[in-house]
Formats: sequence, structure tokens, C-alpha cells
Amino acid sequence: MAYKKPSQKFSGKIREVTVGSGLKLGGESVLPFYKFDGDTGAKPAVGMEIWDVFPESWPQSLKDIFGPYADDPVKWAKFCVEKYNPDFICIKFEGANPEGDDRSPEDCARIAERLAGEVPVPLVIAGCDSDEKNAKVFTKVAEALPDKNYVFLSAIEANYKEIGAACGMAYGNIVSAESSVDLNLAKQLNILITQLGVKPEKMVMNPGCAAVGYGFEYVVTTMDRIKLAALDQNDSTLQMPIISPVSFETWKAKEAIATEEDMPEWGGQEERGIAMEVSTAAGVLAAGSNAVILRHPKSVEVIRKFIDELL
Amino acid sequence: MMGEMNMALNGMEIYKMLPKKNCKECGFPTCLAFAMKLAQGGTQAEKCPYMSDEAKGKLAEATAPPMRTVTFGAGERTYSLGGETVLFRHEKTFVNRPRFAVMFDDAENADEVAKKINHINSVNYTRISEEMYVEIAAFRCSSQDKQKFISLIKKVTSECKKVVPMIISEDPDIASAAAEEFAALGPIIYGANEQNCEAMVGIAKKHNLLLGVKAENQAKLYDTVQKIQNMGYKELLLDAGGRSLKNAFDDAVNIRRTALLSKDRTFGYPTVTFVCDMAQDKMMEVAMATLFVEKYASIIVLSDMDYSMALPLFALRQNIYTDPQRPMRIEQGIYKIGQADESSPLLVTVDFALTYFIVSGEVERSKVPSWILIPDAGGYSVLTAWASGKLNAKSIAKAIKDFEVEGKLKTRELIIPGKVAVLKSDIEDELPGWKVIVGTREAASLPAFLKDYRQKSAS
Repeated sequence: MAYKKPSQKFSGKIREVTVGSGLKLGGESVLPFYKFDGDTGAKPAVGMEIWDVFPESWPQSLKDIFGPYADDPVKWAKFCVEKYNPDFICIKFEGANPEGDDRSPEDCARIAERLAGEVPVPLVIAGCDSDEKNAKVFTKVAEALPDKNYVFLSAIEANYKEIGAACGMAYGNIVSAESSVDLNLAKQLNILITQLGVKPEKMVMNPGCAAVGYGFEYVVTTMDRIKLAALDQNDSTLQMPIISPVSFETWKAKEAIATEEDMPEWGGQEERGIAMEVSTAAGVLAAGSNAVILRHPKSVEVIRKFIDELL
Repeated sequence: MMGEMNMALNGMEIYKMLPKKNCKECGFPTCLAFAMKLAQGGTQAEKCPYMSDEAKGKLAEATAPPMRTVTFGAGERTYSLGGETVLFRHEKTFVNRPRFAVMFDDAENADEVAKKINHINSVNYTRISEEMYVEIAAFRCSSQDKQKFISLIKKVTSECKKVVPMIISEDPDIASAAAEEFAALGPIIYGANEQNCEAMVGIAKKHNLLLGVKAENQAKLYDTVQKIQNMGYKELLLDAGGRSLKNAFDDAVNIRRTALLSKDRTFGYPTVTFVCDMAQDKMMEVAMATLFVEKYASIIVLSDMDYSMALPLFALRQNIYTDPQRPMRIEQGIYKIGQADESSPLLVTVDFALTYFIVSGEVERSKVPSWILIPDAGGYSVLTAWASGKLNAKSIAKAIKDFEVEGKLKTRELIIPGKVAVLKSDIEDELPGWKVIVGTREAASLPAFLKDYRQKSAS
């Protein structure tokens, strides 16, 4: 008997969403990187994270790289784009946190406007730890940057109405729906946001992210199930591309923040941080993420090459 | 297709082999119901009293799992590979975790060898009750010098007590000499191909060893495996030759799908992937190995394994190979975070590993040295443990006593999760002299809470 190579053909397809003016996410009709089965859609995007404030809490190795530019988000973003060529920049308004600098939504909007004017790649707008404040910040930023197709990360169950109405409907941007590692919650939030009137092609989702070792099996399994539902069962409520804020999780894991004095046997701190970020990014990409957000330039380089070699 | 013994049978095919008496003696209402269950592996052919022995034999073979479980190693270092029944862990669970190997080459210089030995011996730690270390040392014979090859294996296996050797050579003479020398360690013999398979099977059979089979591509591997199976040997590990990431991924996915979707046992064996030959960069090896832990390699050969590689890879493997029905639990006890002393804050949370990791991570981030008490909470998250009665005043008081907290610490304040604030007075009743402080509802708010708490305690 001769070998017959198996293949899985699906009736469903992940929706293609355009970020900015030309960055495409999704569009695949096969499991992640299953080039041998058919169309893998747009190449997964790799973005870099910057903050609106100096990243005091980041490990020293990252501050050594970005520190000289991090006093101004525009300078920081331009440095990343010119030096490392990411597909997008994720600006995280950490300074908006009411328990921290409590930057006003108007100030955040001014920063976003400057970035939009001077940075040649699309923006992903992320908020702080306060869901309430994020709704206000996102509304102002979306208002200042209408119809840009920028991604707002994220709308959750508690604030999706304001964010969906402002970012997705009134000002023509893209809403990212965030849920925590549960297929049914992801589905429910996607339905709620589309019921508001946000068009599915103006949506992406973040069904939860974690660093490897920290409940990562829930992330992989949720994404496996979402992709199978979207492709195999043609479930249109789960066909949004997935964006994973990898760096938000990996750089607070012990493996990345323990210094060499804390853990002498573990070796160099910078390498540990990169390895956690690279492994987590490769892990979510293999489970179906269509875009990852990273911090370290080495991670960006490795993950981009990893994607290129698989496609 | 029914005559092909390599194919697993479906329910209807099994039904045709049954007596169709619907006697119910097997415990099922009809022969068809019995056949369906048998096809899923949910019962045994022996339960039918009226089937011929010949049919039973055929069925036992045909209803065996689609992917074989093979073993390598010896004594307490015996490992199982394969035996998987699903492509995605949520469908049931993955069973035999992949094992990591570090590649040695007998043409490598001594410094390089010494560095790898040193890394293998230093990477050895426990993470959530699992001991993490490199299980395999792979040896490539580039010199074609038998003595040089054997002395390298001897050096590494005598200095790294935990590794099982994987002997890589397509020369049966060299493979045989090495197998003879290290047979007691239960090595893997890798290097059977279309030409040498008869001799290689002979070596593997003699010592009952796991045999790595290699071919240029999936179709040729398929033919070679059939040839080897016809020689009566089934302790196999497969390599379809892909040495670019794209081809190696194609191989790993399609060999596994052939076994589990096409139910074709010719590819019903675990696979090995040589990440060390696909990447020039350590971080790229980490990325590739991550992919293969998720899908679907059983042995992953790396060029080295230092802590920066081990920390993510072993943790990832532990996560992916957790049974979805049995979440990971951490051991009950009292855990010290940072340089905590007898007056540091004491928090209590549950033994669900994910919760513990999140809570301990936030406590660590707060830079307030603290203690975390873990009672028996059934392995559930805070609210589930409370709702099911596993986390209550009694279980918390028991942990305070069992782990001799009153003797170890001066503090008599216990911080409980905000979500179970209702337990406050019950706990205070159970623990005279203690004051219960209601903590935060979310772990993310712990750093601010702890800093505030420390300040208040100091003043």
C-alpha cells in the first residue's frame, strides 16, 4: 500500500481584517501554518510595544535599549520602526492609570495623534489596568483619529458598550474583544459587540494570553477550539483574527524579572526574558494567533524569521 | 480495506464480524452498540462469548490504539513515547510528553562538549512536583571512528548520570558496537534506512531497543516502515527527513494525522525532530521547540540546554501535557516569597496551580516579602473551592495548625482573598487570637494592597 498524505479541508475561513491602510490580518482557511492543506491567509503580524510614560518597571536590559528614546513616545516609536521594522506599534497608555499618573484622555489623544502623524505603521492602542478609564481614553483617542482602522485593545464585558460605540461605530476603528481563556465567553462578547452594530470586519479578538508555564494550556486549548469552531463548523461569530499581547504577560513572569543576584543558577536575565517572550509568541502563533505584540528587538527578529520559515 | 491489518476498524466494520445475536451478554443492548463502543476502545472483544477466536484475534489487533506506545531507557529512567489518541488536548488529553535531547558530535571540540555536559548537569529543578532535566543525550558519529564515538558516549553518560543515550549512525557496524557497549542504559538506536534496515532491526531486536527510522520524505519513510513491520519489529521512532522548519512541521503533523485521522498504523509511531539542525540561533531553537511541543514531536533534539532554554520549554511542556480534566495542583504548605521573616504579611490562597502562580507573581512584583499559606482546597480556583466547600474556615485553620504557622511566625493576621470575604468571622472563630484581613478581589491589585498594608502595620 502506498502512502496517502492526509489533509483537512474546512468550509469556514477566518475573516480578513485590514489594520491601518494595508496591514492585513487573518484570511486563512486552514489550521495555523498548515500550508500543506491550503491557504494560510495573511502572514501573522509582529508588533512592538511602547508606553506613553518612561517604562520604569521594565527590566534593565530593555531600558538600556529603549531608555534613550523612551522620554517621548513618538521618538520611541520612530526608533522602533526605523531600527526593527515592526508591522505595527502598540502604544500602551500605562500613564492613564488612575492609581498612577492619571493622564487625561485628552492628553492621551494628543499623543496618539502625534504618533499617527509621524509613525508610518498602523497603531494598536492599549490601555491601563482600569477598565473604566480605558473606555474614556479609547473614546477620546478614536475621536481624534477617525477612520484610521487602528486597533483598540481591548473591549471587555464591563466596557464593551462605550468602546464598541465609540471606536467601532462612531469613529470607524477596530475593536478588539477580550475575554479570559473560555470559548463561550469569547463567543458571547463577539456577539454582543456585533449586536451593538460594530461590523465583524472591524473586529479582532484577544481570547486571553498568558506566559508559558502560567496556565498556558488554557490559552492554547481556547485558541485550538476557537479555530476549529471557526473553520470546521464555520461559526462566523468566532472568525475574527486573534491578536495576542505576549509582552504584557511574559515580562512580568518570574523567569524574566528575577535578577542574576536573585537567581544565580539561572544565568543571564536578558536571555531568560527573551526566551520566555519567544516561546510564548511561537506558542500562540502555533495555536492560531494572527498578530503578536513583543518588546525585545531580538524577539521581534526571531519570531519574524520563525514565521517566514514556516510559510 | 478491511483486510489491511494496519488500519483501525470503524464500528460498522467490527459489526460485520460479530454474531449479530443481540444476546446482551456483553452488557450492551445490541451487537451494534457493542461494536461502536469497541471501535472507540471503550470495551474489549473478549466480552463477546460467541465470537470465533480468529475474529477475536483480528479485532484485538484492529482495535488496539492507532498510535503505538514505545519505551526507551532503563530502570527508573524508562520513558514512554507515543500512545496519543487525539490531535487536540481538549478532545481528551495528551498522554506521553515529548522528551528533550541535547546533541553531541564526536567531531566537536572538547570545550564544546564540556559546556554541554555542564549545562545538562546544572539544569535540574522541580516545578510543580515535576523534576525537570534533560532526558536524552544524542550522539552523532561524524568521525566514522568507532572508538572515538564510543569514548564520547562513555564520557557523557558517565558524567551526566540521568541521560539515556541516543546512538545516531547509519553504519550497522558502528551502531552495533555502541548498542553492545551501552545496552544496559536502554539506548535509542537511530539510523535505520531503506538500505540498512535489516541489519539495524537485527541490532534493535537483539537488545530490544527503540529504533529510529529515517527516510528522505514521508512516502519513502512509509515504505521503509512497512518493510520493517514485515520483519516483525514495531519499536520504532520516525523521521521523515525534513530539515527545514517548514518540512519538519509538515512531517510532524502529517505523520500524526496519518495515524489518528487516517487510522493507518504504518505511521502509528512517535517522531523525532532535529531542531539542532534547523537553527543557528539559540532563541530560534526555543521558538521551533515550542512549536514541536505543541505539534507533534516526541523527541526534540536541541544543540544545548541551558536555563534560558529550559525555563520556558519545560514549563510549556508541563502545561500542554496537563490532563484538561485534572488541573495542576501545587503542594499544600507555607511558601516564602522574597526575604520574608516572622513578622512579614501572611496571605492564604488555594492549591490550584494557576491561582498560586498568579498570586505569588503579584506578591513578588509588590516587593513586599510575604508568606503564602496553601491549604487543601481541592485543586480549585478560589470561588469554586469556596462554593464546593473545599475552602472554608476549617480547611484554613487546619493548614495553620498542620504547617505550624503559629510557631514559625509572629504575625497573627491572615489576609484572605477578597472573593471569600464572607469567611472572615468563621475563620476568626476557628482560630482564637487571629485577626482576618480581607484582601483584594483580583490578584493584580495585590502590590498596591500589600504596600499599603505594610505601611499601616509599621505605623
